[in-house]
Amino acid sequence: MDGVHDMGGMHGMGPIEMEDENGPKFHADWEKRVFAINNAIGPLKVRNIDESRHARERMKPSEYMASSYYQIWLDGLVRILSEKGLISDAEMTGAIAAQPVTVAHNPLLPPEAVEIVMGKGATYTREGGKAASFKVGDKVRGRNIHPSGHTRLPRYARGKTGEVVTDYGLHVFADANAHGSEDAQHLYNVRFSSVELWGADGTDGDFIYIDLWDDHLEAAL
Amino acid sequence: MGHNHKHSEPLSDTALRVKTLESLLVEKGLVDPATLDALVDRYENKVGPRNGAAVIAKAWCDPDYKARLLADGSAAIAELDHAGAQGEELVAKENTDGVHNVVVCTLCSCYPWPVLGLPPVWYKSAPYRSRVVREPRKVLEEFGTTIAPEVEVRVWDSTAETRYLVIPQRPEGTEGMSEQELSDLVSRDSMIGVSRALVPNDAEAK
Repeated sequence: MDGVHDMGGMHGMGPIEMEDENGPKFHADWEKRVFAINNAIGPLKVRNIDESRHARERMKPSEYMASSYYQIWLDGLVRILSEKGLISDAEMTGAIAAQPVTVAHNPLLPPEAVEIVMGKGATYTREGGKAASFKVGDKVRGRNIHPSGHTRLPRYARGKTGEVVTDYGLHVFADANAHGSEDAQHLYNVRFSSVELWGADGTDGDFIYIDLWDDHLEAAL
Repeated sequence: MGHNHKHSEPLSDTALRVKTLESLLVEKGLVDPATLDALVDRYENKVGPRNGAAVIAKAWCDPDYKARLLADGSAAIAELDHAGAQGEELVAKENTDGVHNVVVCTLCSCYPWPVLGLPPVWYKSAPYRSRVVREPRKVLEEFGTTIAPEVEVRVWDSTAETRYLVIPQRPEGTEGMSEQELSDLVSRDSMIGVSRALVPNDAEAK
């Protein structure tokens, strides 16, 4: 979706507010809980990482721009858990008591499994999938697509020509995975020159590298 | 975006909503509060940029390790027991006399947790996400990092599950320092690529 989350290249966002790296990791107790709930929900396997990202992107744009990142996480978390039928607005407002969960899910993450599960992570590569359309060295162009759903093809790369520098192999396709299908295909690292992306406002000799899937690209001759 | 939190103030609407959500999920048997405590503890106290600093210091001292880090980042950090969520496909990029690398996620907040911990607020915020792909040299300048015109800037936009880690250049005058001493020179920001590694005097001042 062409939303406000897709920020690469936009103007007017103001200066960067730096932070001492030895400062606190969280800036409020509620941030800790949002971070933790978001991770504790993962092993239930009711929503995947791309559905989770797409839920955040659908926050009302004016609110997204005015929110801290953990507020965006909270909004996305409530949205996706509601859509998946695990919670409801009526329960969140207290209009009704907590109802029994009727949606199938994996067991909850016990405290003693945190180190193991978070230390292991997930796997996004796949053995089978769509044959590669491109190879290292190929000139490719970001397709001019504007899906209303989730996409990891940033607007600033659409219609722009770059070169495939790495083939990372078959991966779950985020754009499809946010909508119920893995559609595994090759993920590439594509190099775009700054001048190709930004014209005279770019810097000759500088490059932007973007990870893009097969379906994001077309051959550029 | 306010960051301050005073415990004497009444809970904000956000804090109340989080409490409601947690209570609801606990009551439904979907989340264990002790698990939430363990997750916070892990990312507040155990996983952070000191992990990445140890990786970089080892790479500076051990050319074979650096080669492994560049060839397969996830396997190389696992050698030092740093692995896991948001680092499953770690790719290291080395700064040299001719190339300076910097990392961003323009679409959300992707960041290599096992080596850097959780991202700073600025990394996830609109100014950095919007600007660093368009005017990286100006952004780096604001971080106090001047890149000479003849040095190529490479910006890595984390749009997939690949997570990028910058290997900063080893500062001059650090010959003979131990890995432990060297790791104190490796700041979080130098591994994102917005700054360079500290030189020994700066590190003492810190």
